[in-house]
Amino acid sequence: MITPFQADFASLNIATIAPMSVAILGALVILCIDLFTKHVDKHLYVVLTILFLMVDLGAVLSFGGPVRGFFDVMLVDGISVLGQAIIVVASGLFIFLSLSKQRFHEYSYPEYFALFLFMTAGFQFMTASDSLILIFVGLETASMSLYTLIAMHNSNKATEAAIKYFTMGALAAGFFAFGSMIFYYLTGSVELSVIAQHLSTLDTQSNFIMLVGVVFMIGALGFKLSLVPFHFWAPDVYQGSSASMAGYIAFVPKMAALIVAIRFFEIFISAHNVWVHGILYFIAIITMTLPNLIALVQTDIKRMLAYSSISHAGFVLVAILVGTSQSIEALFIYWIVFSFIIIGAFAMLWLHRTKEKPSFYGFTTDYQFEKFTGLIHASPLSAVLLAILMLGLAGVPPFSLFWGKMFLINATLAHGETLLAIIMILNSSIAAFYYLKLIVVMFFKERDNKRMVEYADMGSLMLQVIIAVAITFAVTAIFWLDGVMDFVSIAVRSSGY
Amino acid sequence: MEHILSILIFFPAFAAIMGLLVRKDAIKVYGITVTAIEFVLTCVMWYGFDTSSGGMQFAEFAPLITKYGISYSVGIDGISLFLIIMTTFVTMISLIGLSETRDLKNLIIAILFLEVAMVGVFVALDAIIFYVFWEFSLVPMLYIIGAWGGPKKIYASVKFFLYTFAGSLVMLIGMLYIAHTFAQTTGRWSFNLMEWYMLPLDFNTQLWLFVAFFFGFAIKVPMVPFHTWLPYAHGQAPTVGSVILAAILLKMGTYGFIRFSLPLFPDAAVAFMIPMAILAIIAIVYTAMVAYAQEDIKQVIAYSSVSHMGVIILGIFALNVEGIGGSIFLMISHGIVSGALFMLVGVIYDRKHTKMMNQFGGLAKVMPMYAVIFGIMLMASVGLPLTIGFVGEFLSLLGFFAVSPILTAVAGLTIIFGAVYMLVLYKRTFFGPVTHEENLKLKDLNKREYAALIPLVLLVVYLGVHPKPILNPVDKSVKLLVQIMDIRAETTKAKEMIAKVNTIGEKK
Repeated sequence: MITPFQADFASLNIATIAPMSVAILGALVILCIDLFTKHVDKHLYVVLTILFLMVDLGAVLSFGGPVRGFFDVMLVDGISVLGQAIIVVASGLFIFLSLSKQRFHEYSYPEYFALFLFMTAGFQFMTASDSLILIFVGLETASMSLYTLIAMHNSNKATEAAIKYFTMGALAAGFFAFGSMIFYYLTGSVELSVIAQHLSTLDTQSNFIMLVGVVFMIGALGFKLSLVPFHFWAPDVYQGSSASMAGYIAFVPKMAALIVAIRFFEIFISAHNVWVHGILYFIAIITMTLPNLIALVQTDIKRMLAYSSISHAGFVLVAILVGTSQSIEALFIYWIVFSFIIIGAFAMLWLHRTKEKPSFYGFTTDYQFEKFTGLIHASPLSAVLLAILMLGLAGVPPFSLFWGKMFLINATLAHGETLLAIIMILNSSIAAFYYLKLIVVMFFKERDNKRMVEYADMGSLMLQVIIAVAITFAVTAIFWLDGVMDFVSIAVRSSGY
Repeated sequence: MEHILSILIFFPAFAAIMGLLVRKDAIKVYGITVTAIEFVLTCVMWYGFDTSSGGMQFAEFAPLITKYGISYSVGIDGISLFLIIMTTFVTMISLIGLSETRDLKNLIIAILFLEVAMVGVFVALDAIIFYVFWEFSLVPMLYIIGAWGGPKKIYASVKFFLYTFAGSLVMLIGMLYIAHTFAQTTGRWSFNLMEWYMLPLDFNTQLWLFVAFFFGFAIKVPMVPFHTWLPYAHGQAPTVGSVILAAILLKMGTYGFIRFSLPLFPDAAVAFMIPMAILAIIAIVYTAMVAYAQEDIKQVIAYSSVSHMGVIILGIFALNVEGIGGSIFLMISHGIVSGALFMLVGVIYDRKHTKMMNQFGGLAKVMPMYAVIFGIMLMASVGLPLTIGFVGEFLSLLGFFAVSPILTAVAGLTIIFGAVYMLVLYKRTFFGPVTHEENLKLKDLNKREYAALIPLVLLVVYLGVHPKPILNPVDKSVKLLVQIMDIRAETTKAKEMIAKVNTIGEKK
């Protein structure tokens, strides 16, 4: 007979799941409103989503209790709070982009916004746990929603992208489950902290089974982080989904996956496992370099940004590989300063989405480089802003990503990994070339009179506000970094990294 | 006067943003006014500058990122003082002489932002702030070359950007490494140059760091073999771009050597003395020969720039007060002379839309005043005594004579070679019969061009006869610099070398 299970309610530490509950509740509220009303404008749902995300953010930031909850399944430590805050803020900024001038199929469904909130909750769960099972559940909740959101854009390309992403994602999920199973077999637990304790008693340097587990986990996390060679989905998915969704994919899922990766790889990095170190070293170098070279020959800006974001993922993988508290801090700084640039860049693309099909102007894709020819004459302000964002991505000071790169390279050098630092530098200069390509097209080429592209078709006020906010933060990084660094530093060090 | 340096940096930035509101037809007046105010401000700064002291003055400090010791820290000494004055002066003159009409507003705003970056580089005393301005200066220049350049402007501008960007990223690694060493030695991070001056570095580290900084500076200077971007950039850039590039941007590289490489890595500087001198001499001789072979007037001046930058490097790596002081004077004189020469080429290009020597001939008959001013500038470029070019060149060579008389003799060829290619250029362009009928209709200089060129001519003659106002403050600061090098030198070999080369005028 099973003994009745009893636990004190307070021991559950319900506050640990408060933020996610807000998001889930919000999703349910949106679904209920849809039940009782007909043909409500999208603005209602957008505003509701933002309100729930704000409450969510409040719950994240005001969290102060014990870090463990729900029988040690939940773990809301410093990096979790930090990660959740970044995810929620970025989600809020991205959902603003749906307030565009043109009408889109997907925004007419309230389910879109419900799924968006479910997805946010899923990513938050990923960051707020060290149990492989809960991470898996969070990952799948978020991914399932994300696949659907991509497909809702309702074009052939979008469906193609969603199916590609889904198929690859299913494989990655399988990898994750299999990797977790191997660690359960080795240690009898699915909690990373317990796994770490057990592994420290084993001879991990040459434990073949453990390495197989690590490889499967790298496959699963590598898919989410789009590390080479698990990156093949990225360009197609970016191109197929709408620009605002592509920006989201480039940023938010990776934040969640990065936190899981920090928690997971820290076990092996701190144990000085040469095999894991070697694998990560190799993947980091190839992830930084290979997509950079491919990006050089892209003709579509979105595909170029896809490859560039793969390369950025390689950069932050270096931080995990180095594994000092300085480098983990640098990782968060990198991702925070990256956020403004990436939001700004994709919002600018979204702003310049034209109503006509690309073939109307004789282009093959939506965001071909030639589309922006001579933008400085047609729309000077947006050309300058886009140029700032591109220079920002290239790491030209004083724009924000330069500081991220600098602190990351600093942490790498401080740990004695000079070779990695030099490879990062080389890649930065290669990357500068393809970012410059857009600037060259916008500023140095005359407008083609036969192809008078209508720019800024989507220019609603909200879109402009988001771009203004992103650019302001990107340009003034030097002034607010000091405060953010203190916050990040406290969060990272309090969680023991 | 306390915040004069911040005003100098941020006034053009503010003016550039406000310039967006100015109407197109008034933008040139606006640009000239702003740069003139900036120039007056630098003169005020000069007036307030205490020439009896060689240390940092007008220093300002505000922490930015406390955790890593990054701060807004600026200040000037005799070395940077005249480079800043030269910067604002040349920027103003180049705007006065501006003949471009396409997208004038964008061009002037870009130049104002460029001025921010250039002044920023010369006043920064924090490595990261220096780096920020250093990199930021690439952006407006990229735009100026790429948007107003010649037929191959895109190739030229992107090459310019990528080349310098890659080089300075290597330098960034060097900076981070020094800061890291500083943190290990003292327990706190700092990017402050004045604090770095007190950080001991062992010989091997110095060698590596010297090489890292070398990439950043040498590409900018440019030194052979990293000079290949320069002829393209000059060849394609509009006149105003060439003037600013040659007069100011190149000096950022040599300034970097003086501000960073010498005092931070004195042992490495001694060790690399001869290799650097050999690179400089290759630049002097080789590019002088290449200049001789050019058909394009602008390319001749571009290559002569590389050649003169070689003399500056030679003077710097003499490591004595005369050499370094002379190289700083040469930086200023080369800024004025090459700026003027590029402007003169622009004058003829505006009229004829070609820069090829074989399209001209006998211009002295058609444009006498133009020929006179060109002649004066040419003599200054060659280094004729009593012109501004002579003083710096002589002092640089004198400085290096204490190191190696033989190498100095080879480097002295610069004066002969310079005379050869410049005089051949002058002969083919200005003397002889007028070979092309249409050249007879060319008009002599107009008022705008006089306004831009006459001040330069006066400076060339005045400072050539009486260089003391510049040499005195420079001398004080350079003496301090050599002292710092001597104190920081770790090896006895370096100490002996520095002592040995600094004996000019003591031997009787």
